[in-house]
Amino acid sequence: MKWRDSWRFSAQVLLRHKTRTALLSFAVAIGVCSVLLLTSVGEGARHYVSKEFASLGSDILIILPGKKETSGGSIPFYSTTPRDLTIEDAQAVKHLSSVKSVAPVIAGTALVSHKNKSREVIAIGSTQDFLKVRNLTLSHGRGFSQKSADLAESICIIGAQLKDDLFGQQKAMGQWLKIAERRYRVVGILEQRGESLGLDMRDMVIIPIRSAESLFNSPALFRILIALKPRQDESLTEQRILSLIKKRHDNEEDITIVSQNAMMSSFDRISNFLTVAIGVIASISLVVAGFLIMNVSYISVSKRQQEIGLLKAIGATATEVRVIFLTESALLIGLGVCLGLAAGYTIAALFNQFIASFVLIIPWWAALASGLMSFVIGLLFTWLPAAKAASQDPVSAMRGN
Amino acid sequence: MTQLTMTKVIATKQITLSHIDKTYLVGEKPLHVLNDISLSIEAGEYISIMGPSGSGKSTLLNMIGLLDRVDNGSLVLENTETTVLTEEQRAKLRRNSLGFIFQNFQLISRLTALENAELPLVLAGVDANKRSEIVTELFESLGLADRLQHLPKQLSGGQLQRVAIARAMVMSPKILLADEPTGNLDQKSGKEVVGVLEELNRQGITLIMVTHDHELGARANRQLQMVDGVIVADSATCIEIGTNK
Repeated sequence: MKWRDSWRFSAQVLLRHKTRTALLSFAVAIGVCSVLLLTSVGEGARHYVSKEFASLGSDILIILPGKKETSGGSIPFYSTTPRDLTIEDAQAVKHLSSVKSVAPVIAGTALVSHKNKSREVIAIGSTQDFLKVRNLTLSHGRGFSQKSADLAESICIIGAQLKDDLFGQQKAMGQWLKIAERRYRVVGILEQRGESLGLDMRDMVIIPIRSAESLFNSPALFRILIALKPRQDESLTEQRILSLIKKRHDNEEDITIVSQNAMMSSFDRISNFLTVAIGVIASISLVVAGFLIMNVSYISVSKRQQEIGLLKAIGATATEVRVIFLTESALLIGLGVCLGLAAGYTIAALFNQFIASFVLIIPWWAALASGLMSFVIGLLFTWLPAAKAASQDPVSAMRGN
Repeated sequence: MTQLTMTKVIATKQITLSHIDKTYLVGEKPLHVLNDISLSIEAGEYISIMGPSGSGKSTLLNMIGLLDRVDNGSLVLENTETTVLTEEQRAKLRRNSLGFIFQNFQLISRLTALENAELPLVLAGVDANKRSEIVTELFESLGLADRLQHLPKQLSGGQLQRVAIARAMVMSPKILLADEPTGNLDQKSGKEVVGVLEELNRQGITLIMVTHDHELGARANRQLQMVDGVIVADSATCIEIGTNK
C-alpha cells in the first residue's frame, strides 16, 4: 500500500463520518484544553506572587524599631520601642557609602476629605525617596522637592483610587484637600497599581515627613526604608547600620533589620509550594485527559473489527491494517490537539482581556506535554486493539472476537 | 507430514486438502467443525458445497480462502503449502490468487462503489489511474457503469453483490469463493448474480460456492454434501461416503 493511499484512506474516514470525527476530536480537545487552563491558573498565581515581591524593589533593607530575635517574612507592626527611630537616624544612615537612598516613614490613618466627600485612609509621611524605594511612579505632578520635605509644606501625593473617590472625573492636581482638619495641596497622583504586600497603594495619601511629624504629633518613625547601591554586600551594610544606630541609641541594639534575602526565602517557600501545586494539578488533568483519549481511541478501533477483518480478507497484511488505523488515529488526535490548543489559548486570552487583576499564563511545557501525551496515549490505545484485531485470522476479526 | 516443511509441492491439482481438522471451543466444549477432510480441486471447476447449518461448509470455504487456519492437515493452493506460510505471505496469497464473495456483501459504507471495488488494488499499491481503469472496465461488464460514484446505501442488493464481485475480481484471481452469494437477494437479483459468477467460471476461473439452495447447488458441475464436518457425498466420485462416527 502506498503512503499517499493510506493517508487518503484515513482522511476519507474522518471526512465521511463527520459526527464521529467531531465527537472524538472534541474529546481530545477538551483534554488538552483543560490541561492548559488548569496549569495556566497555577502559573498565573505563581506569577502574581512573584510580581508582588518584585514590586518591593530589589536591594532593599527595612529598619524597624524594636529588637526582634527572629528574622524572616513576618514584620512586627507593633513592638515596644525603648527608643524611637528618628529622622536624624535616617539621615545618618544616608551617609553610609553603600546606601543609595533612604526613606524614613511615619504612618497612621487619617480622615481625608474634599468638599463633602471623605475617606479614612492610610497616611504616609516620607520623602521623595519613598517613591524610588518602593518603585512607585506618578501619573501626574512631580512630587516633593527636598526643600518641601524639610519645611513641612502642606502638600500631598494621593493614590489613584483616592483621587477617583474624592475628585471623580474632576482635576485633582493643585486642588486642596483636608487631612484631619489640615489643608494640603495635591502635587502628585500615583500611577494606577495594585496592592503591594498588603498595602493598597491606590488608597493612600503621602505627605512630607515633617508634615506628618506635626500631623501625628510624634517624631517616632514607623520604619526606615533603605535602597542599596548596586552590587553592595547586604550583610556588611546591615552590620554597619546596626552599629551606627547602636552608637546613636546609647549603645543599645534596639532595632531590627529585615533584608530582601529574608523576604526572598519566604518567597521561595511560597514559590516552591506553588510549583508543586501546579505539577499536581497538571498531572491530574493529564491523567484525566489521558483516560478520555484512551477510551475514545480504544472504542473507535474496537467498533471497526469487522472492517479490519474485511481488509484482511481482501489481502491486507497485519502491518498494513496497523498503519491504516495508526494514520487515522494520528490525524484525529492531531486535529483534536490543534483544536484544544486553539481553545485553550483563546480562552486564556479572552480571560486576560476582560479580567485585569489576575493573568492566566499557559506554561509552554503544559502545551508540549498535553500534545505529546495525547499522541502517545492515543496511538498506544489505537495500536493495542488494532494490532490485536490485525493479528487474528480474518474470520475471527469479522465475527468481532 | 514431513513434507509440510516444503512450501512448494509438486501437484497437478489447483487445490489439494489432505486430512484437514478444525475444532472450535464453544464455551469449554470442543466442537469438531471439520473432521479429516480430504479433497482435490482442479483449475476451472464449478463446485457447490451444500449441507445443513453447522455442517462446516462455510468453515471449509474459509479454510480454502485462507480466512481461517486449519488445526491439522495440509492445504496446497497453486502448488504452495499454505499451512506453513507466515501471516504476511497468507495475506499476499489472498490478495493475488483468491477472490471472496460474502452473503452480506461486506462493503464499507462510507466508500463509493468504485472505492470499495478498488481496495485490493490500493492494498497492492497499484496507481490510481490504473485502478480506475480496471474497475471501470469490470463495472461495464457487470452492468454497473453508471454506479461508480454511488455509496452502498444508494444501491440495490443485486448491485451491491455485483460491486462485491468486482472487488473480488480486480486482482484477476484464479479462484473465486462465494459464501451464500444469493442469500440476501431476491430471486431475480440472485439469478443475475449467479449468472455473473457462472460466466466468470466459463472464462476459466475456479468457482466454489456454499449454498443452502438445492436448485442453485444443482447447477454446479460438482456437488459436495457435508454433514457434521464430513463430506458425505461428492458427485465427482459418484460415491456416497457413510458418516464415520
